[in-house]
Amino acid sequence: MLEIRNLHARIAEDGTEIIKGLDLTVNAGEVAAIMGPNGSGKSTLSYILAGREDYEVTQGDILYNGESVLEMDPAERASAGMFLAFQYPMEIPGVATMQFLKVAMNEQRKARGQDELTTPDFIKRVREAAATLNIDMEMLKRPVNVGFSGGEKKRSEILQMKLLEPKLCVLDETDSGLDIDALKIVADGVNALRGPDRAIVVITHYQRLLQYIVPDTVHILSRGQIVKTGDKELAAQLEAQGYAGVIEQAA
Amino acid sequence: MNLQAQAPLTGAETALIDLFAQRCNDLPGNAGAVSARDKAVAALKANRLPTRKVEAWHYTDLRRLLSSVPAWRADAPAKPVDPILPGARRFALVNGALAETPAVDGLQFDAMADSLRADVGGVTLEAPAEADDAVGAINTAFVSDGLRLSVADDAEIAAPVEIQSVHAGGQVHTRSQVTVGAGARALFVDRHTGTDDAVLASNVTELTVRKGADVTWIIVQEQGAQASHLASLGLTLEEDARATVFIANLSGRLVRQEVHAAATGERAELAFRAVNMIGGDAHCDVTLELDHLVPHTTSTETVRNVVTARGQGVFQGQIRVAQPAQKTDAQMACNTLLLSDHGGFSTKPELEIFADDVVCAHGATVAEIDHDHLFYLMARGVSEKTARGLLIKAFVAEIVEELKDEALVDALEARIDAWLEAHG
Ligand SMILES: Nc1ncnc2c1ncn2[C@@H]1O[C@H](COP(=O)(O)OP(=O)(O)OP(=O)(O)O)[C@@H](O)[C@H]1O
Ligand SMILES: [Mg+2]
Repeated sequence: MLEIRNLHARIAEDGTEIIKGLDLTVNAGEVAAIMGPNGSGKSTLSYILAGREDYEVTQGDILYNGESVLEMDPAERASAGMFLAFQYPMEIPGVATMQFLKVAMNEQRKARGQDELTTPDFIKRVREAAATLNIDMEMLKRPVNVGFSGGEKKRSEILQMKLLEPKLCVLDETDSGLDIDALKIVADGVNALRGPDRAIVVITHYQRLLQYIVPDTVHILSRGQIVKTGDKELAAQLEAQGYAGVIEQAA
Repeated sequence: MNLQAQAPLTGAETALIDLFAQRCNDLPGNAGAVSARDKAVAALKANRLPTRKVEAWHYTDLRRLLSSVPAWRADAPAKPVDPILPGARRFALVNGALAETPAVDGLQFDAMADSLRADVGGVTLEAPAEADDAVGAINTAFVSDGLRLSVADDAEIAAPVEIQSVHAGGQVHTRSQVTVGAGARALFVDRHTGTDDAVLASNVTELTVRKGADVTWIIVQEQGAQASHLASLGLTLEEDARATVFIANLSGRLVRQEVHAAATGERAELAFRAVNMIGGDAHCDVTLELDHLVPHTTSTETVRNVVTARGQGVFQGQIRVAQPAQKTDAQMACNTLLLSDHGGFSTKPELEIFADDVVCAHGATVAEIDHDHLFYLMARGVSEKTARGLLIKAFVAEIVEELKDEALVDALEARIDAWLEAHG
């Protein structure tokens, strides 16, 4: 489903290379975990997948279902089924969350040639999804992420993911900032989305999340490259030895 | 020696002077009015249209910007349109003539033309006292009609009242006088609408809010892309009077909206709001002069501007706090979303404070659309155009939604949406 080939990317503004020849394949039905030290380029990779303009791909390619997405803007990628749950979701004053959700759902439907949702249908879907994530509807009357607590922001990201039903989900440190109960709720939400035609990429620092969302593959990202790939045992090994040990072995 | 006066007349100046010669015998008014009109045209001839050398016009060089003046059209076909608010009572000025006057409990009206002819109710046309009052001069010279309205003391006018000036281009010069009686409440929509034909429109309105009265005055300027609109609102707030003045400039080629306001009674309150949507080749100027003359008066001024294409905007906000006006509280802010490298916005805030115990502040910002916000919305599948629209709308909606009245908020937001659809 996702194939990243020898990807090189730099910060558009100053030319600093962050991703330095990264290869990664994630198949449909797979849950892949990406782990790596602070500053190794995990969030940068997720932004590049989503199409953020601040980064420039200088070499290599990103294939989604066999086709390059490099020429697609973020909205086109999202409508094609790619989704990024942000490590730091942005606050957008003045745009009501409900309105944002409705516009996003309908724009994606429009792009896929589906009818717009009726208001009652829309509200029903939001209500149901919010209930499973323990999200208060009152919160959704506020502007997007404005004044949400850290955990509320993360849950709101998963709410959006549930409503938009993407095919490729990238979760960037969704576990950080969540309390233990919320972590379980969010993990259940993600697990519910697991399926043969969907791939999930979980970026995390901690084994804990991976006990709830058990990955099929684990990849270690260091200095802009995937330096080691394994199964869930690799995550356990990391927990025991730390990055330094594991990365040294790989080098 | 006045060098400017020696410059040759521009095409527009010549056209105005010729037009006056052609029209003056048909314009309404007694001997006093005739002499006021003559004086106004003589002043125009002597001073010329103001250039940027005239302080009040520094950012709006009227002499350069008013490049042509359309001919007067006697038979232009125009019809009143639906009011912006459901259930509103509509007074219509069609091509500058009062054409529709509904009976509304608590409201009394006269046609300005009749008053000018007969000196009714002490209306006298006077040439402007100030040499830089080009809006007043043009309006005095050419005014053909308008509405004189008074709201009875303590009347609650339940239905909104729309004063609609609708035209089909040419020359449209109206003057209105509205007095809201003591303790009365009313909501007015002062709407200027027309076709895409070129027009020179001027309007002078005097609004007096008597003791304890509460008025909402919404100016909706939505004439065509070829319109030149020169307007001036005079506002007097007596003791305990409250006014919300909301200006929505949604179109026009050359727009100058002046507001000259004075808080003359203690505890008077003014909320001044303007939303200027400036696209295409439009030049849009909102100029506010506000005098706090007595103690304990309050004002807030918030201006939000959206500039696209080659749009140019201006906000001049002058607040003067007189020496006796202790405990004045005035807060002014002007924020601009500049969406084009070819557009611009000039802000000139001025606080002149002669009292020592006051709270006055002003601030101005110019920003682009936040790229991170845009990315976030697009990452959820919202197309760039829609995402930009949402963010622009959020920027102006903040002050629209302050109006609280749901129908009014909806009507204004629908117009802003339409503008975004056309210019986004
Ligand atoms: N727009 C940017 N401007 C400047 N530096 C940047 C930018 N984006 C990323 N970087 C730098 O690139 C490196 C990789 O950052 P990135 O956020 O991808 O790391 P990460 O692996 O997600 O780290 P963490 O685990 O702390 O979230 C860091 O050194 C970061 O400072
Ligand atoms: Mg990160």
